Amino acid sequence: MTMAADIAIAALLLLGGAFVLIGSWGLVRLRTTMERLHGPTKATTLGLGALLLASVVFFQAKAGVWTVHELLISLFLFITAPIAANMIAKVHLHRLHTGAIAEPTSIAGPPPRLDGSDWATFEAPSPDAPTATAER
Amino acid sequence: MIAVALTTAFGCVALALLFNGWRLLRGPSIGDRIMALDTMVINAIAMIVLIGIAGGEDTYFEAALLLAMVGFVGTIAYCKFILRGDIVE
Repeated sequence: MTMAADIAIAALLLLGGAFVLIGSWGLVRLRTTMERLHGPTKATTLGLGALLLASVVFFQAKAGVWTVHELLISLFLFITAPIAANMIAKVHLHRLHTGAIAEPTSIAGPPPRLDGSDWATFEAPSPDAPTATAER
Repeated sequence: MIAVALTTAFGCVALALLFNGWRLLRGPSIGDRIMALDTMVINAIAMIVLIGIAGGEDTYFEAALLLAMVGFVGTIAYCKFILRGDIVE
């Protein structure tokens, strides 16, 4: 194993570990749910990307062939992490709206309220909703 | 050098899992718990990748990919259940 590969693997491992730790520390430290959403979605995803890159470089240096199947996990995660975060934010807004939770407003203030309606909840769809999201 | 970096990364991910567990137990809302579980799955994938590097084996990759898929579907199912009272409508 060459010195350059050694340094690259060690640097990527340290970077990945640091970002994963920062993401989870944000999950513990920040005050409101919407603020806490930032840590895991960005820092942790980036940290895991760096760890997977370290794995790619390690197996290249060890076996001498480039394999990219670790990047599949990276790609999958980069696609799914925003969707999961969006769903969690929807859950939070829904619970706030129904009064199930009361928490201090964050720096960004309360979330905007659409007039009279709320999305992604138990409510029946509004009559002028497009058919793609609500079958009439 | 890789051994030291690997040990440090193991420590970081283990500490991150502990933080997630604290948030999972503490709450306070359901959204926080779902988020903590989702992050725990991602950190578990990181742990599996690190174990794969430490053991020098390529076979751990399938487990990590499967866990990524199952974790995503689980998060979405939890959220759909809270939002709509049903998972598949």
